[in-house]
Amino acid sequence: MTTNSEYMKIEKARRRNDRIRTVVTYVLLGFWALIVLFPFYWMLLTSVKSYSAYNGEYIPQFFTTSPTMENYTEAFTAVPLARYFTNTIIFTLSTTAIMLAVIVLAAFAFARLKFAGRDMTFGMFLSLMMIPNELVIITNFVTITNWGMRNTFWGLILPSVTSIFYIYLLKENFEQIPDELYKAAKVDGTSDFKYLWKVMIPICSPTIVTITILKIIECWNSYVWPRLITDKQEYFLVSNGIQTIRESGFGRENIPAMMAAVVVISIPLIILFLIFHKKIMAGVSRGGTKG
Amino acid sequence: MEKKSLKGWLYLLPALAFLAVFMIYPLFDVLVYSVEEGYNSASQTSFGIGLYNYAYVLHDPYFIQALKNTFILVIITVPLSTGIALLISVGLNSITKLKELFQTVFFLPYVTNTLAVGLVFMILFKKTAYSDGLVNLLIQSFGGTSVDFIDGPYWAKMFVLCFYTVWVVMPFKILILTSALASVNPDYYKAAKVDGASRWRIFMKITLPMIAPMLFYLIITGFIGAFKAYSDAVALFGTDLNAAGMNTIVGYVYDMLYGTGGGYPSYASAAALILFAIVLTITCINLLISRKSTTF
Repeated sequence: MTTNSEYMKIEKARRRNDRIRTVVTYVLLGFWALIVLFPFYWMLLTSVKSYSAYNGEYIPQFFTTSPTMENYTEAFTAVPLARYFTNTIIFTLSTTAIMLAVIVLAAFAFARLKFAGRDMTFGMFLSLMMIPNELVIITNFVTITNWGMRNTFWGLILPSVTSIFYIYLLKENFEQIPDELYKAAKVDGTSDFKYLWKVMIPICSPTIVTITILKIIECWNSYVWPRLITDKQEYFLVSNGIQTIRESGFGRENIPAMMAAVVVISIPLIILFLIFHKKIMAGVSRGGTKG
Repeated sequence: MEKKSLKGWLYLLPALAFLAVFMIYPLFDVLVYSVEEGYNSASQTSFGIGLYNYAYVLHDPYFIQALKNTFILVIITVPLSTGIALLISVGLNSITKLKELFQTVFFLPYVTNTLAVGLVFMILFKKTAYSDGLVNLLIQSFGGTSVDFIDGPYWAKMFVLCFYTVWVVMPFKILILTSALASVNPDYYKAAKVDGASRWRIFMKITLPMIAPMLFYLIITGFIGAFKAYSDAVALFGTDLNAAGMNTIVGYVYDMLYGTGGGYPSYASAAALILFAIVLTITCINLLISRKSTTF
């Protein structure tokens, strides 16, 4: 009898401990979620406060009863935000499209074709992965300047249309397609290019979609290279645009309008993330790094 | 056979061409730049070959400041972000309800524009004529005195920079650690429970050794990433980082190349190579330590 009640006591204590642990865990996770989400809430909130209301608040209010859209109008009229936006879309789409063509061809050569020096070249590619961008950017800046490509889209796009890491990722994926398919296609007289286009790309489309999304994110957020290569506003991308807005845009103090611009440039990626979050997270955990 | 080889190289040609022009050639060129003394970018001439550029950079007070800032940033943010990420991942792994929602929310900073969100952080921390800013009001409500985190004392600026850096790098670390924790074979835990091991003991003796390779991977990439810090600082303090006293090594390289103090590709190259040497050394040390501590 006594052992039974002692057992009950121990069991009860254990259950209480578990409950406390669960509560602590949720509080911790909730706290970090708050830190992550708060800046987003704050930019959204500030962007709908009117200029006078914002500057009248010594203690900032956590909600507003009279949301206004005037800051968004201001953001699009006082600075060429639409221009930055269009530029970024052109830059992102062209870079991603050209890169896909380049890496698909290279990955196909490494995975499917047999030629002298293939493995050695692939080894060289892999060793180049260690080279940090900071080391080569100096010469690239000089190269693009010498080619007269500053303040052009080509100057922005060209240095970032290859990615060894994505070639590697795609090659691994291509190699998983059984050899029999290739041999059957060869017997039918299918050309290599047609085989790549009609068989390999459709089979590997999940990986290609992941690469596309990751590259779009990278392009949308790129800052350093565009800053080096453009100094005319007509060619600014959103990151440079936001920096210009911050330093000279709305007369410095119009923070609500600044926040409206920040919201506008953040939204496309957030929508992309909400749709594809599973794909993006799976892709990044397979070996992506920040930036 | 000859024709087949040609075809392979043809498919490889675009990638090879881009890599040759924008990666392999620059690699040699940067070495050449770094030893050309008194290089003039207008006339493309130099006085001679030597190590003057390195000496100049190493004696430049701005570079010393950048070096100091970067090292402080690295030493604070790498252990801190890895530690918090581990804590959060262990928490995430122990719950089932809302797990996916939390995971998605935690990953959100990864897809945001560093410059744009940095502006929000600046506003939260900045003290203006109109308002002390939200963070300062929070400090005051706890009885502290407010401080300008953006234009104020050095430690305050460094605090914001570290805070924002941790915020930015966290999603990647949480993601990697959560999947590493989830992939530990549950049989080990069951066996340990049967043996009556305490939670702490299970964590130290099973979980930690099992995820050690991933943890080291994160620490190594964390070091590399933190040494290259730049746009976070620009987002918080503006493009003139030297004036703010918050420049980083990468920032110094870009400032030397372009901008108000720019036009010196030789100094930029020397600084970039010094950075590369530092990162390479630290990475090698990290690899050595991880080899020694993860022996299975």
